[in-house]
Amino acid sequence: MNFELTPEQKQLADSVSKYLINEYSFEKRKAIINSESGVSEAAWQTFANMGLTAMTLTEVDNGFGGGAIDLMAVMEAMGEALVVEPFLDNVGLAGRLVSRMGSDAQRAKLLPGLIDGSERLAFAYMEQGHRYQLAPQLTLAKANANAGAWVLNGRKCLVTGAASARHLLVSALTPQGASLFIVDTQAAGVELNPSRTVDGFRVADVLFSNVSLHADALLGGDGAAMPFIEEATDFATALLCAEAVGAMKSANDATLDYMKQRKQFGVPIASFQALQHRMVEMYITTEQARSMAILAASKVDDTTNSTGRARAVSAAKIKIADATRLISQESVQLHGGMGMTEELKVSHTFRRLTMIAQQFGDADHHLERYAGLT
Amino acid sequence: MDLNYSQEETKFREEVHHWLKINLPEDIRQKVIGYQELTKEDYQRWHKILAAKGWSVPHWPVEWGGTGWDMTQRYIYDEEFALAGAPRLPPFGPAMCAPVLLKFGTSAQKEQFLPRIREGDDFWVQGYSEPGAGSDLAAVKTRAERVDDHYVINGQKIWTTLGQHGDWIFCLVRTDPQAEKRQEGISFILMNMKTPGITVRPLILMDGGHEVNEIFFDNVKVPVQNLVFEENKGWTVAKYLLGHERMGSGSVGASRRELAALRALAQRELKNGKSLIEDLRFKDKISRVEIELDALEITSMRFLDQMRRTGQAPGADVSMLKIRGTEVQQMITELAMQAAGPKAQPFVSVSNGVVDPFTSRLAPRYFNFRKASIYAGSNEIQRNIIAKMSLGL
Repeated sequence: MNFELTPEQKQLADSVSKYLINEYSFEKRKAIINSESGVSEAAWQTFANMGLTAMTLTEVDNGFGGGAIDLMAVMEAMGEALVVEPFLDNVGLAGRLVSRMGSDAQRAKLLPGLIDGSERLAFAYMEQGHRYQLAPQLTLAKANANAGAWVLNGRKCLVTGAASARHLLVSALTPQGASLFIVDTQAAGVELNPSRTVDGFRVADVLFSNVSLHADALLGGDGAAMPFIEEATDFATALLCAEAVGAMKSANDATLDYMKQRKQFGVPIASFQALQHRMVEMYITTEQARSMAILAASKVDDTTNSTGRARAVSAAKIKIADATRLISQESVQLHGGMGMTEELKVSHTFRRLTMIAQQFGDADHHLERYAGLT
Repeated sequence: MDLNYSQEETKFREEVHHWLKINLPEDIRQKVIGYQELTKEDYQRWHKILAAKGWSVPHWPVEWGGTGWDMTQRYIYDEEFALAGAPRLPPFGPAMCAPVLLKFGTSAQKEQFLPRIREGDDFWVQGYSEPGAGSDLAAVKTRAERVDDHYVINGQKIWTTLGQHGDWIFCLVRTDPQAEKRQEGISFILMNMKTPGITVRPLILMDGGHEVNEIFFDNVKVPVQNLVFEENKGWTVAKYLLGHERMGSGSVGASRRELAALRALAQRELKNGKSLIEDLRFKDKISRVEIELDALEITSMRFLDQMRRTGQAPGADVSMLKIRGTEVQQMITELAMQAAGPKAQPFVSVSNGVVDPFTSRLAPRYFNFRKASIYAGSNEIQRNIIAKMSLGL
């Protein structure tokens, strides 16, 4: 048993944290969100230079062969800084899918660029009216008359990072079942309708109208995508849990500071026991959530037990969803009216925590999944 | 990072597990898993079995009979005992009085008391709380007046757990009512419960059980040799005791066993012709408790690991184990009562009424466990501790 990070893991997280404090400050983040692309090229290049994009890819693909544990502290730092770059979507989801499912040629086409920061991917899986379901229902791929080629039709929603991506990984139904396709965002018949989310991310609804794909667009086996999609989503969810812990820590720290500064009735409000006990609850809840984030990260790195992985990830997500709700609400309440304002970071953390609670499935979704795995 | 126990630790766990299978008396185990009261004889029989194996006081120094295990081994030992349904030895002698004697006692006191505690010859109880001194322990009023070579004790203690079995009691008493600070006039004294002037009166709790007592002291003469540490320095002793051995306060092992029993119960009980465990509303409640318990287990392991690496107890943060541990225990008792449904209502058979020996214990168990968030420093006191020590509030 050992819960300590290795010196390398610590060092990496420290560098990321330092970079974010200087270059992704609250003010700079605001400018990024309000920029045309809504993302920071500079930040992305820095992440790539630091090796973050290569961390969880295999050595065969020139990655570092790391796991979720290696990125846990990094994700926490990103959570603290409320980073709005589609890191999870590239590294946790799309990159992982390509790495696990791709042929030599497909990996050689996409992964070097992902590692050096020149290639950006996005995973398009959500569909209108199907909430958090991972399996495609409304996007269909039909075999073209030309042998081996495909025609893609359908619509995906809330594809994070789609507008900054060069390629999408699109889940679609073929007669064989759920499959994944690599689709160029510039291809004819692909239409992107971007929006900004309440927590500052860029997403897009993507329409596919008779998009014709070559045979080599199929990633992995025809109809064989679901186990990979589930695995990658669990992996990304574990990373999201670590990110949530960082965001909760940020909210707690800000609230604690505020309680010590803010005076009412001639004394700091930190002296009121009613408020102290609520702060303690936030602190304990965050530590319990952190324990579950650690458990989830360790289980997604163990590839031998997929039920154990799914159970731990759903358990962690339930805990994180409950915890993010408590911490976001209480941090605003203890800040009083100031907590409601756009100018304080805590209101932005509130928004991010609220969306994290739902991302990859809310507590109810995961309770259902967890119960099915018992 | 590695969340797994080492091979040696796993082997140790198997050894404890195997030993319990052979040596834990079945009648005692049945009482524990059936939520029945244990008698003094049950406790002492179990204590003797442990003492014969050399396992009655694992955390003591080896020269006094400890096992020399590290923190993790002790944690595993506690967990396996709880999972097996072994009764927890009452902590008052082995885990409370003994550490105090080891730290502050004279050699004569150690010689007199420690071997008998280790062997389970004396049943110890704790005399801390008073009617006017609960969370505010420094308000104790029970008076000890020095007269020649003894103290004369007058006053009252309350909530004395298993006081009815007590052979000896350790007490916080006031030796200097004039001390400038209340904490400075308190002493830590040991008393033989057979001393004339001591009266034990049962306090029956709402579950119908006799677990706690009031103890009255009427001119009780106690030899000065029974003072531990210096006169008026009892608060130092008390504080040491409060900070001692709190790693187990999450009760993860016991909650795991009870959660499994709850699942089994929900499997047996039917709702609309189907097993209650299939009911989504009920299932969600069980899942949430289970997840909180998972988190608690990892949090406990994080603290253990921190202690292993730094040699330092994690301090005030341990209070969160007590808070969440008791919350989980209470949730499980409540869900078990709910799972039994109407079967939780019968309590005692008056003539030929049918009273299921297991389900009839579930409501009393729920009632009884409201104590968990009150005792051993109420959960509000634990929050005060974290607020002050961990958050600097």
